[in-house]
Amino acid sequence: MNRRLSVFNVTSLVIGFAFLYLPILLLVIYSFNASRLVTVWGGFSTQWYGALFRNEALIDAAWVTLRIALLSATLATILGTLAALALTRYGRFPGRTLFTGMVYAPMVMPEVITGLSLLLFFVAVDFDRGFWTITLAHTTLTMCFVTVVVQSRLMTFDRSLEEAAMDLGAPPLRTFFSVTLPLIAPSIVAGFLLAFTLSMDDLVIASFNAGPGATTLPIKIYSAVRLGLSPEVNAASAILIGIVTLGVISATLLSKRSVLRSRRNAH
Amino acid sequence: MRRSFAPWANPDAKPLIRFENVTKRFGESTAVDHLSLNIFEGEFFCLLGPSGCGKTTLMRMLAGFETPTEGTITLGDQNLAGVPPYRRPVNMMFQSYALFPHMSVEKNIAFGLKQDGMPKDQIADRVGEMLRLVQLEKLARRYPSQLSGGQRQRVALARALAKKPKVLLLDEPLGALDKKLREETQFELMDIQHDLHMTFVVVTHDQEEAMTMADRIAVMDHGRIVQVATPGEIYEQPKTRFIAEFVGDVNIIEGHVQGQENGLWRVKTSSAEAPLTIDDPDEVLHSGQPVAIAVRPEKMVIQRDPPGPGAINVLTGEVWDIGYLGDWTVYRVKLANGEILRVTRANASRFVESPIDWDEQVYVTFAPDAAVILAE
Repeated sequence: MNRRLSVFNVTSLVIGFAFLYLPILLLVIYSFNASRLVTVWGGFSTQWYGALFRNEALIDAAWVTLRIALLSATLATILGTLAALALTRYGRFPGRTLFTGMVYAPMVMPEVITGLSLLLFFVAVDFDRGFWTITLAHTTLTMCFVTVVVQSRLMTFDRSLEEAAMDLGAPPLRTFFSVTLPLIAPSIVAGFLLAFTLSMDDLVIASFNAGPGATTLPIKIYSAVRLGLSPEVNAASAILIGIVTLGVISATLLSKRSVLRSRRNAH
Repeated sequence: MRRSFAPWANPDAKPLIRFENVTKRFGESTAVDHLSLNIFEGEFFCLLGPSGCGKTTLMRMLAGFETPTEGTITLGDQNLAGVPPYRRPVNMMFQSYALFPHMSVEKNIAFGLKQDGMPKDQIADRVGEMLRLVQLEKLARRYPSQLSGGQRQRVALARALAKKPKVLLLDEPLGALDKKLREETQFELMDIQHDLHMTFVVVTHDQEEAMTMADRIAVMDHGRIVQVATPGEIYEQPKTRFIAEFVGDVNIIEGHVQGQENGLWRVKTSSAEAPLTIDDPDEVLHSGQPVAIAVRPEKMVIQRDPPGPGAINVLTGEVWDIGYLGDWTVYRVKLANGEILRVTRANASRFVESPIDWDEQVYVTFAPDAAVILAE
């Protein structure tokens, strides 16, 4: 195979990445625009970041978003890890395939439908919409991502490690906490970060389930844009992009490291 | 050093481990089939057999990872039914070693002691003792990923020995080591077992390993035990053709019993003109019965000159292949009926004037008591 980059390869790479990232790059650049007009470059300035931090409505929304993301990611991590354990460990219980499919369904389900069905559910059980409904909705959405990440780690997990722990006198629960959990921890953290970022940038499901008391940052930005573009929104978006990027990169690194570690110990 | 050790020959000796009529089925397939076996305290016991013969299942039942479908296993006076692995006075060294990758060598060894709630200073002493035993004092703070295969094997051994179990189970303990290291470790394991007066049960598919280390070997096939005996008995008096062929090399000559003369069996075969004479008084045979004669290659003599008149058990053929192994030379001799015999000869002197060559006509003989008759 030709391992050197040909002109064709470089061109397609540049076009591909430009297609993906040019709009985002533009947004970040314009967040440093001195001009009030979003589409006209008026020199470098950080004034919109300053304005952003003085905009209480936006700051409030950011806080709500962060709290929802932390809480829903925590819930999703616990539930998702338990589901992954059940799916990989307890052999062929009846309906296992169906259960696996059902756990992964929210991943492929259109968000509008997930959002709508959750809304109908909350209305049916007479649950006031607000902070908690968004949190629960996000837990539903992100749990399956945690399950996927943790399950792939458990598949390569050497069961004889657990047997060795039990053989040496550790009852099942202590075996789980002293051997299993430390070894799958990187994938659990990766799952958490993934759930966190998914919750951070979700607009559709959040807007279906938001109430008067709780507005998340994506909802706020979306409604702000409808009233007219403001450079403040660019600044807020740039920060959001930064956080999400950081989350995804650390999740990737963590799961890669845990796979490498398990491979190193396999031989 | 332990010549007189033979509790299995003493009818009053009480076995430490007793399998009584144990069966283990996985769905449709039977891994262990109505098996009974006694293992005595202080024994170095080997379960030997090809893969899939049920030896690992047998060991895992002893460790508590599998439950017998039928039958009972007792250890000392304790019936092990329903006792979980973490409450059995038995420790296991896993084939993959199963070292905890997130713990250092000393933490790995201390793991079992910590589960027992042993005071910290005692744990430290015991870990130090174990590290000295396997000569890994300098690597106490390393992690398993920083160790070589041989070092990992030692850590696994130390970890399994740390709790001073009544029985140590070893699942293919030397399988992952290279040949040279394997040989050294075999003798080391024997020394450790002897010094600690512990009962070792080893699962292996390597007959050389079993022969070297074991006091007794149980040869298994299809979930059953075919023979339990000392390595010497297994090799020299195999009970079945399967054992004769599985343990060491063997020549099998098929034939029919012709009769008995002066306590010696006469067997008619297509391999030799005259009936073969075999001294195997324990066998009870009748005329016309089909049998297999098993002769080990080193118990056959190969020569160029025709043996004198009156010589018995003479097979003639031509040299088909010669393999020079340094200490031994292996000759493959093709008989008139097409069968190929394997004959080995020790290379006692460095130079031989005119060695036996390819395609040469040769005579192969063996003594009547060199062979074993195996009823088909």
